[in-house]
Order: sequence, then C-alpha cells, then structure tokens
Amino acid sequence: MSKPRGGASPPFEQVAGNGLLDRRALLGRGVLFAGAAATGTGASLASAAAEPLKDEPWSLMMGSVVPPRQEPSRFEKHVVRTLSNPNHEFRNSHGRTPHHLINGTITPSALHFSICHSGVPDIDPEKHRLLIHGLVKQPKTFSLADLDRYPKVTRMAFVECAGNSAPMFSNEAFQGTCQALHGLASNSEWTGVLVSTLLDEVGLDPKAKWFLAEGADSLALHRSVPVKKGLDDAMIAIYQNGERLMPGNGYPMRLLLPGYQGNMNVKYVRRLKLLDQPAMSFYEAKTYSQIFPGEKLVKFNFVMQVKSFITHPSFGHSLKGPGYYEISGVAYSGNGRISRVMVSADGGKSWGQAALQGPTYPQAFTRFTMPWRWDGQPVTLMSRAWDESGLGQPLRAEFVANRGQTEKPVTSPLAFPNQHYNSITAWAVDSKGEIKHVYA
Amino acid sequence: MSTRSLLISVALTVAFGSAALAEPPNLGKPITEADTKAWDIAVLPDGTNMPPGSGTPTQGAAVYSQKCAMCHGDKGVNPPAGYSPMVGIKKFDKIDAPKTVTYYEFATTLFDVIRRSMPYQMPRTLTDNEVYALSAYILSLNQIIGENDTMNAETLPKVKMPNAGKFTIPYPDRI
Repeated sequence: MSKPRGGASPPFEQVAGNGLLDRRALLGRGVLFAGAAATGTGASLASAAAEPLKDEPWSLMMGSVVPPRQEPSRFEKHVVRTLSNPNHEFRNSHGRTPHHLINGTITPSALHFSICHSGVPDIDPEKHRLLIHGLVKQPKTFSLADLDRYPKVTRMAFVECAGNSAPMFSNEAFQGTCQALHGLASNSEWTGVLVSTLLDEVGLDPKAKWFLAEGADSLALHRSVPVKKGLDDAMIAIYQNGERLMPGNGYPMRLLLPGYQGNMNVKYVRRLKLLDQPAMSFYEAKTYSQIFPGEKLVKFNFVMQVKSFITHPSFGHSLKGPGYYEISGVAYSGNGRISRVMVSADGGKSWGQAALQGPTYPQAFTRFTMPWRWDGQPVTLMSRAWDESGLGQPLRAEFVANRGQTEKPVTSPLAFPNQHYNSITAWAVDSKGEIKHVYA
Repeated sequence: MSTRSLLISVALTVAFGSAALAEPPNLGKPITEADTKAWDIAVLPDGTNMPPGSGTPTQGAAVYSQKCAMCHGDKGVNPPAGYSPMVGIKKFDKIDAPKTVTYYEFATTLFDVIRRSMPYQMPRTLTDNEVYALSAYILSLNQIIGENDTMNAETLPKVKMPNAGKFTIPYPDRI
C-alpha cells in the first residue's frame, strides 16, 4: 500500500475489493482534493448542484427556553432503546443500545443497555450501604458519601452481556439491526473507587480467594469474583459519563469488572463477602455458564473476547445510490486494547486495514472507520478485529466448529440459545442499497 | 512559586507528608458479623452458612402448589410461556438445551436461589423450613433424591447432582 500523493497519483487508492479505500485518504489531505480536481478524477467535486439558499422559520425568531436538563432534539425521538418487557410482566427486562443510530465510542447514558432481572429498584442513596465482610480483619459499611471521599479512578470500559450477539448462534442469519444483534454491549466513562482501595480498609485475609458481590435488588442477585480481579482493576463505580449512574445501570453504585461478563458487574451492589470458595450462585451455576458442543459444560467463562461489528452502514439503513460512504463500527476486547481492524467489502476475499479513532483504551470501545466508494453492485461488508494479546475474531466457520450453532433458525432476539458469541458480522448490500444480515 | 514558599512547602512535606500518607482514609463504619445477619444469606457449596431447619418432599409439595406452581407449572412441568420448568433434562447434548435444576453442579444453588429470590413477587418471605421442603420436593421431582428424603444443613450439601464435577474452567490462571 503506497501512500496516495497529489498530482498524477490516484486520489483514493483502493486497498481491497469492491471499493475499499486507503484509511489515510481524506484525513486532512487537502492537497489530495486539489490534485483530484486538477486531474479530473474528483467526481464528487462535480456532483448535482445544491438548491438556492433561504432563511427557514427557526432562523427568524427566538428559540425555546434553555432547559435545566437537555433532551435530544424532537427529530431524534426514534433514537431509543428497544425493550423486551414493555408491559412490566414478572420477569426480566432488556433495553438494547441502538448502535446503528449513534456514533463515536461513548454510549450516551440514557441509551446504555440495561438488563434487570427483577425490574429497576428505586434506591435511596442516603440509605444505601456497601458492606464488606467475610475473610477480612474488620467488616465495614460504606455510604455513597463515604465512597465519594476516597481516591477515585476514571476510565473507559465497555460492559457486555454474555448473551450479546446470541441470535448469531442461529443456523440461519437472523434478520435484525445492530441493536437486535449487538445491543447488549455499551461503553461508558466510569468513575469510582478501586475495590483494592476498599480491601485495604477492611484488611484482606490471605485465605480469601473469591468474593461474592450482591445487589440490593429484589433478587439480591449475586456473583462470585476472584480476589485476583478485585486486586487488579475492579471498581465500585459511582459515576457514569460524568454523572451519577443511571438507575438501569446500577444507581447508586455498581461493581465494574473491566472486560468480564456483564452480569458479574453487579448493579446496586450492597455487599462484598470475601470467601475461600465460589458461592456457585444461580447466575454463575446456571444462567451464565455455557454448554459447548459434545456435552462440554463450562463455568467461570469470565472474559468477553475480541469483537467488532460495522454499525454504518448496517441492517436498517439503505444506501442512497453509488458513490462515497464511510464504513464505521466499534471494536472491543476483554483482553485489552484493540490493535487492528480489517474490513472487507467482498465477503472476506480481500481485506483493507481500517483507521482506529484513538486513543484506544483497554477493555473499551474503539471506533474504526474505512473510506469506501460503492459502485452500486451487490457487496458484502465485514469487519474483523484483533486485540493486543494477539487474539482475533474467529471466522464464522471456525466459530461454529468450536461453539456450534442451533438446529433450527432463531426467530427472536430473546431466545439466547447460547453465550459468548464473537465471530464476524456480515452485511449484504444489494444493488438497491438495501442491507441484509448474512453469514459469509 | 517563590524560593521562600518552595522552601516552606518542602519543609511541610518533610514534617507532615509521610505521616499523613500513611493513614488510610478510614471512612467505613465498623460492623460486627452478627449485625450483617439479615443480608448474610448466601450458602456455599460445602454447606457453609446453611441455616437450621429441615423439610421433606411431601411438605414441599404443599408449599409449591400454593406459592410456586402458578409460574413454574404443576409438579414443575408445563409452566406458562417465558417461565422455567422445575423438572429438567439430564443430557446436555445440544448447545441450546434448556438448563434447569438438573444442570446445577451443587444442590446448594437451588436452596440459595429459592431462599434469596423466591417467590418472585415476595422474595425472602419463606421460612427456612419451607426452603428446605421446596428444595427437597424439586430434587425429588427430578429423581435426584428419594420421595422420603429429608433435606437439612447436613444432607442437602451432600446431594450428588447429575452434573457434579463435569464443568471445565477456561481461565484457571484468572482465579
């Protein structure tokens, strides 16, 4: 891949089949456009003329009052989470992030995914307490105000449900948006107190190998976490994107275990008990343990492995004719930073390297982008990510060989046939610009 | 910063800095383990923290029909759509096989989830005897224990579950 130059060089060098362009094209290279115009290859500079300009009504009158708390524009009302239990039946509820309608890396807090197994508790932060006890020298309770006085850490981190992308265990491609397929992963900036700081305060007994984390919700949902993770990067998060946690994300405090199964990041956390063994709670013994092919049963499958998916364009979008588009998506890994994302527009026959919008943080979303000129013919778009540990997303065939697929097609995103799906997502664009989910 | 204020700053650091840093924030309130009892309900696979009490399948059947059957089905089968049956399969040879009580590695998981979370609309209203009885009933429905076996703090953790010892751990170095 030689760098495109001005003058006689092609302005947007194609790096892979079906119009994928060099990721460095268009990045502050004004000379490129000048060169393209001079050589007559800059087709986009000579497209259909714009309408004559006029003032619209909002440009001729004073606007509305500045509110104490902003809401998105009334034109953005469709940018919402999709719900699995809108009638509030006695069961769990999911709200999924609309990845195909947002951009960047931070999931707006109001759109961060939520899974609540018994609704969203209405917790008075003044009365909430975090108890740390068990194999410690001195059991203690901490209020939210106490935690706010401790040294705090701010970091990016994704949270992903182990059941995210589960419709892709289907033997036939499930037709749905990024929101339906991958909407149970979101990314925030979290601020809180490291668990290691609090363990210092209670005096950790060396016999402790695990701690159970328990919520203040009606199920008192609990999970076991290795002390190793507790002493590494585990956090009691009390702020999300600069403000207090959203109720659906654990208000007033949650456990944050960067890179680990979402369910282990216990919301409404009210208790850490240090133990010499795992508790084998319902959620770790059953729900978030997996069946692998050949009757192999797997427990403590902590890490959410490297994944990426193209959010733009994707199912639910339609392309408005041939020409230039930006392909973009998110990549993340429970193992650390994203090191590389490759994009294909020809179903995996050829790949070009996408630009990573840095800085890339460990266990956090990285936005990747790829310039693309669509010629109007059917194409299949795919992305494949690698993390700094060297692990890459498995191809579909590799994934199915190791993890299996269903015998009958999955018809609902609520089916959750299995968990920890991290293979490639492929979008087939037809000649009309309509987009389908396919396996490639 | 002037030379004078720098000198004062250095002097203050020498005088108070190390002592101040050595003190932890110490903002938590000490509590005795006895005072944590209302929350300290988790039971462990080896039987740690199992409460006193006992129950039989027959006693459990009576509680079940009154407080559980509407969601989990009569005798643990054919529940309404979206709710889990209590009678399960014993062969997990499909990746989307339904996981119920027969999937658990330890009987303590069953006791614990009933005690902390059930009934769904009224959690933590069952007596420990009722929890033992319901555990006994559900284990006997699955033919994991006999119809007349009594469950208590001694017997329940010793129940041999069909999947005991069958689970593998993908990240042993992270434990």
